[in-house]
Amino acid sequence: MPIDIDIAHVAKLARIELSEQEMAAYRAQLAVILDHAAKVQALPTEGVPPTSHPLDMVNAFRDDVVTPSLDRDEVLSQAPDATDGFFRVPPSLDNE
Amino acid sequence: MTELSELTLVEAAAALRAGECTSVALTESVLHRASLTEASVHAYLTIDRQGAMAAAEASDRRIADEKPIGLLDGLPIALKDNMMTRGIETTASSKMLSGYIPPYDGTVVKLLREAGAVFVGKTNLDEFAMGSSTENSAFGPTRNPWNLDTVPGGSSGGSAAAVAAGSALASLGSDTGGSIRQPAALCGLVGMKPTYGLVSRYGLIAFASSLDQIGPLTRSVQDAAVLYEAIAGHDPHDATSFPGPAPSGTERLGAGVEGLRVGVVNELSGEGIDDEVLAAFRSTVDRLANAGAEIVELSLPSTATALSAYYLIAPAECSANLARFDGVRYGLRVEGSTVDEMMSLTRAEGFGAEVIRRILLGTYALSAGYYDAFYGQAQRVRTLIIQEFAAAYEQVDVLVSPTAPAPAFELGAKTQDPLSMYMQDVCTIPSNLSGHPAMSVPVGLSASGLPIGFQVMAPALGETVMFQVAAAIEALSDDIGRPVLEVVAS
Repeated sequence: MPIDIDIAHVAKLARIELSEQEMAAYRAQLAVILDHAAKVQALPTEGVPPTSHPLDMVNAFRDDVVTPSLDRDEVLSQAPDATDGFFRVPPSLDNE
Repeated sequence: MTELSELTLVEAAAALRAGECTSVALTESVLHRASLTEASVHAYLTIDRQGAMAAAEASDRRIADEKPIGLLDGLPIALKDNMMTRGIETTASSKMLSGYIPPYDGTVVKLLREAGAVFVGKTNLDEFAMGSSTENSAFGPTRNPWNLDTVPGGSSGGSAAAVAAGSALASLGSDTGGSIRQPAALCGLVGMKPTYGLVSRYGLIAFASSLDQIGPLTRSVQDAAVLYEAIAGHDPHDATSFPGPAPSGTERLGAGVEGLRVGVVNELSGEGIDDEVLAAFRSTVDRLANAGAEIVELSLPSTATALSAYYLIAPAECSANLARFDGVRYGLRVEGSTVDEMMSLTRAEGFGAEVIRRILLGTYALSAGYYDAFYGQAQRVRTLIIQEFAAAYEQVDVLVSPTAPAPAFELGAKTQDPLSMYMQDVCTIPSNLSGHPAMSVPVGLSASGLPIGFQVMAPALGETVMFQVAAAIEALSDDIGRPVLEVVAS
């Protein structure tokens, strides 16, 4: 059982900045939960297909009809930072 | 006469149509009740007094002018705060969305508006619907009107507490692992989760998309059936929406249980269930038998692993869904020198501990090397659960179990131990994994005066028979009455 979780790596993947102390606490809690969750591995499931949608449905398409979009200004009014009809973010690369 | 705020939806609708009261009077009654109870209960995050009164006045004018009126015309209803309401703050009880004003109405909100409903406000929940006690709200916990030292359950705890306290006639909640049924059980209400896909999720802030479903919390089975019918139906905005017609909720209310086969799930009605809850459950099963139902004891062994499968599937889907909260398009932003830093700081600041725990768990379960062992395996176990349910429904019309393993617990009792909190949902989770409908009906009070719920489960699209059995249970059970809540004007 992979109970030894590389919590720093997981936090980085999840884009959540955590302190050393927080990481230690989450690592311990996740180990307990995963230990319980690992019960699913005891069940024989060879040849059993996975379920992602409980009803037997295939692709759902709606009619190709043009309808009004959300109001752009109303949407952008909720953005932390917006300029000229765009969302604005800090640089995605270091300046070096 | 009964206080207007204590009426069922059906009673209030009849009174409005008969001219015995007005929507303004009904709405003022629940708003007055809220002004007395909110200081202690805290069911609401936002009360839209102005909007509610305007909607009530409009409804009264429609009735006075003999214009066509909707099924829910003039009835004051509360909405869980993870449903998008245009122009009204919607937070999902997260700091991440504090101050967020949605630019559109969710489909259920639109449907209720069209049916004439009056929205009292937005109710408290565990942050992003993750929790079973409403203690995980960033804006403080909700308390159970039956006993203010105890939790109302969760995550739809505010929606349950509002209806129990009299500050709404009914409400909508959402149910991913039991978040409608468990608070309904703990607050002495009827709570119902429809078949996955029957109610549109468009405009519901997503937690675990393959499990989430919106449904009613009400004071009677009939109210639940009426409210369910008002929100069910195909929606082109939700690609998982069921394209066929939704089954009737009201058609067989009052038809009794004579000749119906009721299956008792052994794995969900024994070990780990509180003695008083079990006694109330057994007594209700006996009453069903006396009323002519055939009782069949059944074993569904894979339900024992349902909780484990759920705590892989739900966090995995939550980690993907909550990736959208990154400080770019809406909600909180904590500034950083790069976009990566901005996102990591924003998410650390905006999310509470339980949400972070589940995002980390889900990220881990989906990460390279573990995907198949955890998420893939959980999805295959899900298939096994569905197959077992399908086999059971060849023998019986409905399955029954307790709703929650125990009556309401005290605030703080489980907050330090995530796994013990997760155990709250042990009886409700299987129906989310199978996508089947399920509901809770109040069947009694514990010795300390706390409500006990009874769960009825049905096959996919089996709402009609489920409501039929639930209505029979309601009729066979002793009325638990209403919570006595000492109130002070705030």
